Amino acid sequence: MSEAAKTTRLAGTPTEGQGIDYPGLALNLVGLVAGVAIWWALTAGGAVGLPPPPQVAARFGDVIASGQLATDIMSSLARVLTGFLLGVILAIPVGFVMGWYKVARSLIEPYLQFFRMIPPLAIIPLAIVTMGIDETPKIFVIFLASFLASVVATYQGVISVDKTMINAARVLGAKDMTIFLRVIIPASTPFILVGVRIGLGSAWATLVAAELIAAQSGLGFRMQQAQLYYDLPTIFVSLITIGLLGLAMDRILLVIERRLTVWQERV
Amino acid sequence: MAPKIIFDNVTRRFDLQDAAFIALDRLSLDIADGEFVTVVGPSGCGKSTALNIAAGLLKPSEGTVLVDGKAVEGPGPERGMIFQQYALFPWLTVRQNVEFGLRIKGEEASRRREIAERFIDLVGLRDFADALPKTLSGGMKQRCAIARAYAVDPSILLMDEPFGALDALTRVQLQDQLLDTWSRERRTVMFITHDVDEAVYLANRVIVMAARPGRLKEIIDVPLPYPRTEEIRLSAEFMTIRNRVWQAVYHQ
Ligand SMILES: Nc1ncnc2c1ncn2[C@@H]1O[C@H](COP(=O)(O)OP(=O)(O)OP(=O)(O)O)[C@@H](O)[C@H]1O
Ligand SMILES: [Mg+2]
Repeated sequence: MSEAAKTTRLAGTPTEGQGIDYPGLALNLVGLVAGVAIWWALTAGGAVGLPPPPQVAARFGDVIASGQLATDIMSSLARVLTGFLLGVILAIPVGFVMGWYKVARSLIEPYLQFFRMIPPLAIIPLAIVTMGIDETPKIFVIFLASFLASVVATYQGVISVDKTMINAARVLGAKDMTIFLRVIIPASTPFILVGVRIGLGSAWATLVAAELIAAQSGLGFRMQQAQLYYDLPTIFVSLITIGLLGLAMDRILLVIERRLTVWQERV
Repeated sequence: MAPKIIFDNVTRRFDLQDAAFIALDRLSLDIADGEFVTVVGPSGCGKSTALNIAAGLLKPSEGTVLVDGKAVEGPGPERGMIFQQYALFPWLTVRQNVEFGLRIKGEEASRRREIAERFIDLVGLRDFADALPKTLSGGMKQRCAIARAYAVDPSILLMDEPFGALDALTRVQLQDQLLDTWSRERRTVMFITHDVDEAVYLANRVIVMAARPGRLKEIIDVPLPYPRTEEIRLSAEFMTIRNRVWQAVYHQ
């Protein structure tokens, strides 16, 4: 039995979920090229009132050369990362406290449920009136969006830790602190990471909207300016940049998530 | 010699909406040092309740459990427990799982490794020491849990239907392996099962319990020699004892 089991393990372990899916990637690429080709075909004759790919590419070249794109990316990224990190850093301890202590849960939960129902964008008017139009209100709404997403996930993670596993640690001599550090935290990591990813998604979405309303720089601001001058290529440049940045950040988190949760049984 | 474990008039009630429900009614039972006792009885007769009280995971409503003459106040590493659902830590490898309790005890890394190695070998998981639990079969997971429990050197092993989730063949293999481990590393074992054959095959004594309220019904001695073999399993004596236990469990 052990020999057979050994070969299964050898065959199963190293590649599981990690192998690069080359045919899939090739198809992704084909899809992208086809999409750009269709875009080009539709816009080349001026049939659709949108800029064709070369024009957008040229604009990309301009804003990269002038350093404008870099400035916009930096100010947008700074806002997203600050708000997002603050949100997650606060959400994880709050989520743990809520999951671990019933009293804390009952005290905090009503607020959480209430604020979850308010879209972060709806907070913007209030934030601008009370905090002015500089960085603070934008970072605040991003913070709120990522905090709410992560705190719920963390708390769900803590309360769903298998009680038998906690008992197993207890009979091996573990006290509360050890159980918390060595059982609760690792066991709820997958939940927390899902929350962090959702938090990043909503941080990013909230940022662009916040910049549309009030900003002096940033990708959202740039789009809003372009809108005033009917500058379609710049709008395209901003949209594509936002999409690519969001995608890149999500992929990075996904890789981290996979790394930290290789132990999970995936069905 | 004084008994290793004494259940002294242990009662456990659970409060339900209308009335208190008696899960365990005045259980009194002595288990000798190094004895292998199995517990059988219909579902809901308080087997797990009794075991959890001995483990210190549940408080009795009345009475006490004494281990080495001292009342049980909470869980402790001298009483190891093995669960039906394995309860391995899935983020730790087999070796790290086995070392978990040693780390809590504050053993040095080299000593931890040495002890873990010994018990991983003992349960036959040497080739899987660095594997994660998700890559193990059910039987291998339970062997890892047994090694983990043994590693902290408990004098008592409490096992709650440890082989309940396994197929019949793996079950028989693990029974033999458990007896083999037990004969080399003698501990006091209290083992719950639903399987009458398993109860008789493993035990010095079979404790039969009855339900509503959960209570001790009968204690049946198993005067068969160790090591137990297939021959014993198929012997007439075994059948006779097995039938007695069966009668006690199913004709209450
Ligand atoms: N936490 C609890 N709250 C209320 N009732 C409980 C609780 N734990 C156990 N009981 C009840 O106590 C009785 C005995 O339960 P116990 O788990 O000890 O039975 P068991 O003999 O182990 O059964 P099984 O063979 O099905 O595992 C059952 O009727 C059960 O419903
Ligand atoms: Mg039970």
